Amino acid sequence: MSAGVLGSLEAGHTSSLRLRVNGEWYELSLDNRVALLDVLREGLGLTGSKKGCDHGQCGACTVLVDGRRVNSCLLLAVALDGARVTTVEGLGEGDGLHPVQEAFLDRDAFQCGYCTPGQICSTVGVLEEAAQGYPSAATDPDHPAGEPVPLTGDEIRERLSGNLCRCGAYPNIVDAVRDLS
Amino acid sequence: MTDTTSELGTGVPRREGRDKVTGAARYAAEFAPPGRLYAWPVPAIVAAGSVRSVDAAAALALPGVVDVLTARNTAPRAPADDPTLNVLQDDDVPHRGWFVALVVAETLEAARAGAQAVRVHYDTRPHDVTLTRDHRERYVPEEANGGHPAVRERGDAPGAFDAAPIRVDAAYDVPPLHNHPMEPHAATASWEDGHLTVHDSSQGSTAVRAALAQIFGLAEDRITVTSAHVGGGFGSKGTPRPHVVLAALAARHTGRPVTLALPRRDLPAAVGHRAPTLHRVRLGADPDGILLSVEHTALTHTSRIKEFVEQAAVPARVMYGSPHSSTVHEVVPLDVASPSWMRAPGEAPGMYALESAMDELAERTGLDPVELRVLNDPADEPDSGRPFSSRHLVECLREGARRFGWEERDPRPGVRRDGPRLTGTGVAAATYPVLVSPCRATATALPGGDYLVRVNATDIGTGARTVLGQIAADALGAPGDRVRVEIGDSDLPPAPLAGGSSGTASWGWAVHEACATLAGRLAGDPELPPEGLTAEADTAEAVEAGSPYARHAFGAHFAEVSVDTDTGEVRVVRAYGHFAAGRILNARTARSQFLGGMVMGIGMALTEQSTLDPAFGGFAERDLAAYHVPVSADIPAPPAIEAGWLDEADPHLNPVGGKGIGEIGIVGMAAAVGNAAHHATGVRFRSLPLTPDKVRAALAGVV
Ligand code: FES
Ligand code: FES
Repeated sequence: MSAGVLGSLEAGHTSSLRLRVNGEWYELSLDNRVALLDVLREGLGLTGSKKGCDHGQCGACTVLVDGRRVNSCLLLAVALDGARVTTVEGLGEGDGLHPVQEAFLDRDAFQCGYCTPGQICSTVGVLEEAAQGYPSAATDPDHPAGEPVPLTGDEIRERLSGNLCRCGAYPNIVDAVRDLS
Repeated sequence: MTDTTSELGTGVPRREGRDKVTGAARYAAEFAPPGRLYAWPVPAIVAAGSVRSVDAAAALALPGVVDVLTARNTAPRAPADDPTLNVLQDDDVPHRGWFVALVVAETLEAARAGAQAVRVHYDTRPHDVTLTRDHRERYVPEEANGGHPAVRERGDAPGAFDAAPIRVDAAYDVPPLHNHPMEPHAATASWEDGHLTVHDSSQGSTAVRAALAQIFGLAEDRITVTSAHVGGGFGSKGTPRPHVVLAALAARHTGRPVTLALPRRDLPAAVGHRAPTLHRVRLGADPDGILLSVEHTALTHTSRIKEFVEQAAVPARVMYGSPHSSTVHEVVPLDVASPSWMRAPGEAPGMYALESAMDELAERTGLDPVELRVLNDPADEPDSGRPFSSRHLVECLREGARRFGWEERDPRPGVRRDGPRLTGTGVAAATYPVLVSPCRATATALPGGDYLVRVNATDIGTGARTVLGQIAADALGAPGDRVRVEIGDSDLPPAPLAGGSSGTASWGWAVHEACATLAGRLAGDPELPPEGLTAEADTAEAVEAGSPYARHAFGAHFAEVSVDTDTGEVRVVRAYGHFAAGRILNARTARSQFLGGMVMGIGMALTEQSTLDPAFGGFAERDLAAYHVPVSADIPAPPAIEAGWLDEADPHLNPVGGKGIGEIGIVGMAAAVGNAAHHATGVRFRSLPLTPDKVRAALAGVV
């Protein structure tokens, strides 16, 4: 990665690692303090992932790491050697949109768009978690373990509550996710 | 020109939607000119005082730190009209969180570490951040925000109140609130050959350019400010903010481009807040519920450097008829950050108080809360005596009641119990003024059949590009996909900000005029020159001519809540808003905005509050873990939440016929929720937000 991210640090303050981002491998030499979000935004120019709080409190930075949704502002990049990262830029195939992106467009599930990449990545994660039968606080305790969890309105609201939207697009986001499930 | 059916009013999808769902839309901090540096601010950690010295040695010794800017080592600038922009100009610390230094570094990590390493020594002075009803520095200002007179009196309101057979006298509190748009305020600035280019997260870059010109002593044509995509603002980006001054200053100081994205924790003190308001409302009525006297006094705070008075008593001048009325604003200057606009300044807290009091009056008179409002609906604006250009509050109440299912309501409070939970429903009215500002725009017919519309509008999430394209296509009689729209750049024809629910009316008016003029010139199918044929519009004269009418949007909010009597938790289980806001120009984006306002209103009712720390100054809630923006689980899923509107044709507005929709969605929501909580429990709550601690304490021993 660029010297901009590396800065002029002494040895011992940097680490080398490999990351696979949106299908492409990168050999990186990074300041040990760098969060994954800043690697993406500042190092790789993938500014689709947003920084809303930098503290794991808003979900704007949500990406998929090895298929699971994470707050990328909370992950130190040096701990991710070999990881597969998917950002909003890597969801669609070529020029085509991912079904979640289509659903958000269809339902006008955003206004300013700043939380949107995080909401979309989070939704991709939610669909997979529900399909694999991961329960949430809204899941019926008697739901058979490991069986796919139907994504009701309550399930969607609960599972997407880590992604803040100050524009208040929640009703449309819930409808978008319902369309997908 | 092709003849088409107009798309105006239909739900045309957002033009930039694809960019937003793919991550291609770029926001202010996401521009990376070569050699760009990162800045990180150092906020004051004393409640009031002055900077004695700044020790930057440790910061400068860190790898990657380029410089530490202070008031002492930066070239002088001219003072700005807005004192909140005079950062690093002198040693004064008017409040905790005021920026006292700025670290510039090669990387974000170095900038952050540098800011940590800067040692600032202060001289402190005694401070006071606590607003009380009997504060001795309280005074009545000349004006409240928006240029409203601070005091309006009609008849003898106190006398009429004393003589009234039915009286409500109640105090309501609204705490400080923060806008907290999801995109923190950010700017990327660069200087090249004496030209300053800034990508700013702003609701209006024409005004940002003017402020930078003043501060840096530059002609406006040497500054370009863009705001192509803005991650929300809700008023907090409505005026130029210190981050943009600091970014430009740092770029000039270092000779390299600089990005400053404010850390979330610095926003509460740096970019405005809704000031707390302590209300007293006194309503006098006859036994049939006809108002005899309306009094609303709103006490608020401001900072020591700027007088900003939340105009919370103003809606009482608009809402209900009464022979006697008194509306008064009072303010106390404190050692607090400067308050400013937050979605529906004045109306949101003011209508919480007034509409809660109306609910109390309904209870006192035994009238249905909808009927009480209908009974007191005035023919003309009570305060001014001017006729309304249109007023369909009654229709909103009636239609909203029908859609919400209000008629089945049992008026008795505290009787719908299911285990530990009590449920209830509430209603509140909403109003927001029709504002419009002068604007310029151009429309060009290009060879090949396309059109180009240019205006420095800003899309902060409203869908401005889309609706301006619809307005243009309508005026041109052209299909929308032949109309290109350029906005978000101060090199475009100057335009007012996206704020005060006035953006679409102001920009749309100019766009409509330019396109209508162009359409006239194209009537004979003239040969187009290679650069196209351009028509210009400037609405200054027409806008400044004003109107003999009182012009306001109205609405009605309905809510159903469930109150857990064990935990004190209040949940909104249903919400409906019905609005009369003139012509709705895009059904899809309008619905999203109405709902978004309602969501923020639910936050105001239940979760949002900032607290001033009396010992250390500043706001205690400085991040999104402490300041509770509503999350998805706080908001009912459709169809339990919905917004609707009536088709309101008002010929006294502007050529596009809209009243503005960005703010009215929040206005009545908090009162509707509070009134529903009373209906559920029989207990009156008069202090927002209705958090479990307060609710549980109030219910103890009652239910
Ligand atoms: S930026 Fe990562 S959670 Fe907010
Ligand atoms: S769309 Fe603006 S924050 Fe969600």
